[in-house]
Amino acid sequence: MPEVLKAPLVVEFPFTRSLGPVQSAFLTGLRERVVLGVRTAGGRVLVPPVEYDPVTAEELSDLVEVAPTGTVTTWAWNHAPRRGQPLTAPFAWALVRLDGADTALLHALDAPGPDAVHTGMRVRVRWAEERTGAITDIACFEPCAGGPQQPTGITGEFEDPVTGIVAAARLDYTYSPGRAQTAYINALAGRRIVGERCPSCRKVYVPPRGACPTCGVATSERVEVGPRGTVTTFCIVNIKAKNLDIEVPYVYAHIALDGAGLALHGRIGGIPYDEVRMGLRVEPVWTEGARHPDHYRPTGEPDADYDTYRELL
Amino acid sequence: MTSAPRDREIAVVAFAQTAHRRTSEDLSEVEMLLPVLHEVLDRTGLKTADIDFTCSGSSDYLAGRAFSFTLALDGVGAWPPISESHVEMDGAWALYEAWTKLLTGDADTALVYSYGKSSPGSVRDVLTRQLDPYYVAPLWPDSVALAALQAQALIDAGDTDEPALAAVATRNREAANDNPHAQLKGPVPQGDYLVRPLRAGDCPPIGDGAAAVILAAGDRARGLCARPAWIRGIDHRIEAHGLGVRDLTASPSARLAAERAGAFERPVDTAELHAPFTAQEIVLRKALRLGDDVRVNPSGGALAANPIMAAGLIRIGEAAARIHRGESDRALAHATSGPCLQQNLVAVLEGEPR
Repeated sequence: MPEVLKAPLVVEFPFTRSLGPVQSAFLTGLRERVVLGVRTAGGRVLVPPVEYDPVTAEELSDLVEVAPTGTVTTWAWNHAPRRGQPLTAPFAWALVRLDGADTALLHALDAPGPDAVHTGMRVRVRWAEERTGAITDIACFEPCAGGPQQPTGITGEFEDPVTGIVAAARLDYTYSPGRAQTAYINALAGRRIVGERCPSCRKVYVPPRGACPTCGVATSERVEVGPRGTVTTFCIVNIKAKNLDIEVPYVYAHIALDGAGLALHGRIGGIPYDEVRMGLRVEPVWTEGARHPDHYRPTGEPDADYDTYRELL
Repeated sequence: MTSAPRDREIAVVAFAQTAHRRTSEDLSEVEMLLPVLHEVLDRTGLKTADIDFTCSGSSDYLAGRAFSFTLALDGVGAWPPISESHVEMDGAWALYEAWTKLLTGDADTALVYSYGKSSPGSVRDVLTRQLDPYYVAPLWPDSVALAALQAQALIDAGDTDEPALAAVATRNREAANDNPHAQLKGPVPQGDYLVRPLRAGDCPPIGDGAAAVILAAGDRARGLCARPAWIRGIDHRIEAHGLGVRDLTASPSARLAAERAGAFERPVDTAELHAPFTAQEIVLRKALRLGDDVRVNPSGGALAANPIMAAGLIRIGEAAARIHRGESDRALAHATSGPCLQQNLVAVLEGEPR
């Protein structure tokens, strides 16, 4: 088996989310160091509070302050914290039912070790130093002694309420392209373009993806195509793309390489943009160190007959 | 009405799956899936053109590949254009959609497939992205941590203890000795705590795999399979997303889905449970009222192979395959989704009397 190609792939984006009125009050409360729940028509106080009753789906709005102290209802010892989790030293995950609430909140519990944690133990909120109106305004819970801490009398009306959160998400992958694309990429390193032929319909796919989408069978016969090809259709790009060092206007084209059963994309250079036309014969231009053709330029051959590429637009 | 009407009987007529393994980095998703699609079609002699409806389940987040399900569709041969759908869920829910499609009478045959490549990413972290984005996901509680909270709740309730959990792991992986597709089988040490009280042995193997099932209605099913596995009922139910709202020691959604699927009308002889963590089997046995006389997870279950997005469909496939082979007459198949058994699907399968 040839060596498997691999490359790091990071998927990272911030989610900007708007908040409903109950969520807004709860997260603003955390910023102000109070914990708010919401009371259902049945009289249960939900913490963390939600916009709709999980049982009846009724809209909820009756905010209730609960204490920053509570009781662990279940826990799990995390001896190897992972990226993004609330504490970097080993801690317990805990569901905590705050005094005055009927449901439990998930967060970290800072404790010296698993022997110091048990269901039923008393804990209190440790507030984060800097608070922005997010669940992480609770840094974690910590063990405490004694009964409920008294509420402060806050109603849920705040000046400057939080209306949204920005939640960063990052996931790290190791990308491997698979059998067919590995062969394609390896051939590119030798400045050759290699597709795969469908054993059933005989079409040559470039780049190959391992299967013929028409026949639903694996492609395996490797076929070198090009290097020359025909412009089958094109567009003129007039807007400069960010981080792309190409002067506009330029032409981006579908190019059917000789022997290929479908067209691939490429930029056309070496000719004024307004002289590019369907049927233009082109060849790839490789630059030093590049992993794929930089662009395609005219070969000087007569234009291809429309009938030779009409199925490859 | 969630039980199949008498005049439109639908059966699982074929099942295929990959050999599940820690990594399939030498293959793309469609390259991993293709042999399974061919195998399941070959079992029935059907061609792509004979399939009236195709439905798949997968998640782009697992391998970090945008629109990977459209590339996977290359393996089906979707030309001329086919009737097709996709769910961002385990393939068991794709099967549910296909079952409803067949019930309408618009289709007589359906191909259901699903696949998951967990190897390119860190699946414990990837799964945090399905959680409540306001209150939970920012804390990045990984899938093992959430399962551990459920396990501790069961221990506190007196429903289980660590030796009992270890026994669940051992029994499943011993059963997997007879399953050539299993990833983790035989004696496996319980190992250290991953997140206490769950040890490595209480957790499923992480790996890549795919599965496919063919459904057919009525006489079409009888023509394609010597002993079709008739779907007598199928239902799925979901609980609140807030973990602290739920009683983690019970599974009312699994209980209700089983009731609605008719599981309690007569005893089953076999159950394939999608319980990736040992403690979840304890919850499900209670919710589904499975006695000691029921063979639970003769395949080894998700503790032996857990290709995410396919492991639930595999439970239905394994249960059906036992009926096909005459090893079961009435089987329950279960699939789950979300943290701590949040959502559950139950199907009841039967073979005709021999």
